[in-house]
Amino acid sequence: MREVAIVAAGMTRFGELWQTSLRDLFVDAATEALNAAGVDRLDAIFVGSMASGQFVGQEHIGPLCADHLGMAGVAAMRVESACASGGMALRAGFAEVASGLSDLVLVAGVEKMNDGADATAVLATAADQETEAYQGVTFPGLYAMIARAHMETYGTTEEELAAVAVKSHRHGALNPKAQFGRVVDLQSVMTSTLVADPLRLLHCSPVTDGAAAVLLCPLRDAKRFTDRPVKLIGSGVATGAMALADRADPAFLDAVQLSAERAYRMAAIGPGDVHVAEVHDCFSIAEICCIEALGLVERGHGRHAAPSGETALGGRVPVNTSGGLKAKGHPVGATGVAQVIEVFEQLRGEAGDRQVADARFGLTQNMGGSGASSVVHILERV
Amino acid sequence: MPSPRYWREIPGRYRLEAGRCHGCGKVVYPTRRICPACRGAEFEPVLLSRRGRVVTSTVLRVSPDDFVMESPYAMAIVETPERVRLMVQVTDCEPSTVQPGMEVTLEFRLIRKEGQSGILCYGHKAVPVVAADTARSR
Ligand SMILES: [Zn+2]
Repeated sequence: MREVAIVAAGMTRFGELWQTSLRDLFVDAATEALNAAGVDRLDAIFVGSMASGQFVGQEHIGPLCADHLGMAGVAAMRVESACASGGMALRAGFAEVASGLSDLVLVAGVEKMNDGADATAVLATAADQETEAYQGVTFPGLYAMIARAHMETYGTTEEELAAVAVKSHRHGALNPKAQFGRVVDLQSVMTSTLVADPLRLLHCSPVTDGAAAVLLCPLRDAKRFTDRPVKLIGSGVATGAMALADRADPAFLDAVQLSAERAYRMAAIGPGDVHVAEVHDCFSIAEICCIEALGLVERGHGRHAAPSGETALGGRVPVNTSGGLKAKGHPVGATGVAQVIEVFEQLRGEAGDRQVADARFGLTQNMGGSGASSVVHILERV
Repeated sequence: MPSPRYWREIPGRYRLEAGRCHGCGKVVYPTRRICPACRGAEFEPVLLSRRGRVVTSTVLRVSPDDFVMESPYAMAIVETPERVRLMVQVTDCEPSTVQPGMEVTLEFRLIRKEGQSGILCYGHKAVPVVAADTARSR
């Protein structure tokens, strides 16, 4: 396997971008990445998108993206794994470069959620249709059941859940590309509208339009495109039972743990070496469960991390410095790539007010559905 | 929902038919081709007990379109004595009273009237044991 580097990144603002189409979102992010590296040709494009067919009626977006980038002819394909589509696209691009199949690969993620589709119904297609969606459950409902199981097992409180959202907004307010650039206090989170008990509106990530793209090449060529490449040293993918009811412990994300173990092994580091992490906080409880499954905190201790400041900027291991899915926004297929961009910028010292001092190793974790798929990447400053 | 897709799920949804794996004894519901525990492919049909215990639950206050008329409603993962877990609505009670540990029965009910076609979709919902007793004594 060849060593692989990320050499450039591009990302649209995240939010309700009514004036911008799916194809233009992709092109805006991709062009920023290509320009940053001074590149005008590619060997392959991998684009993550969960549900372009349901959101805007457009399948077959591999060629659509290549064509609109002015690169019809280039190998291009879509990768889908629900909300983990972007992270899985990176996995595919990593393998493409590591294997020697291609030298210059663009990995992108895009989702256009605000074009009239019923976002709750579209997202519900990532659940098991015959045993979960049929009965009337939604994604907030599934994560609410995870939250209640966590409260039951570990004594997690509503205040501790709310502290995660408060932290995300505090970080997001420092991110010019975030959907929500405002801070919220504990009280407003805890009195926001109940969506699925115990989860309230301010525990939930929003409906977002956006795209993100990174450029990959073999490490040995990286200096041709940037003087500060970032090395991709670990990649782990795992699956778990599709339906939440079929997981041994509904309060534990076993696919996240398994994907992390694989990524740590490849990178030859452990969770104690991680300086900054972007994890899949589609709901506040998800961040708590993810940091436990990743080993960043002990199992059952995730509830203390946000209230104690351990995972905030300036803490032991800052998590979701971008604002996370909660405040930065969650254009589902783009999320996994946007997470990688945050860590890329952190490791290059380009994160501005959100900068984590002297970060060498960073981790990203992106998951699909209620945790049935998960992908973890580990990056290292060169 | 196209009729064949609905019909083929009827044994599981109407009669709670499950399969007991010959290889490891795990009861699998709904039935599937391969046992997720041991990869065995031979099953003996069993009917689930129509009772269980709430493992975890929620109250859905923002529901899918087909369920708007029932909102807010409780949903739970219920474990039967066969150690099978089902995702079900919990009905005939105040939704906020549903909590982990609660004993329930599983009863045949209308799940929803589907979208434009108006097809009636049936299955099982959970009813708290206390509420069921109270209803019978009335
Ligand atoms: Zn078996």
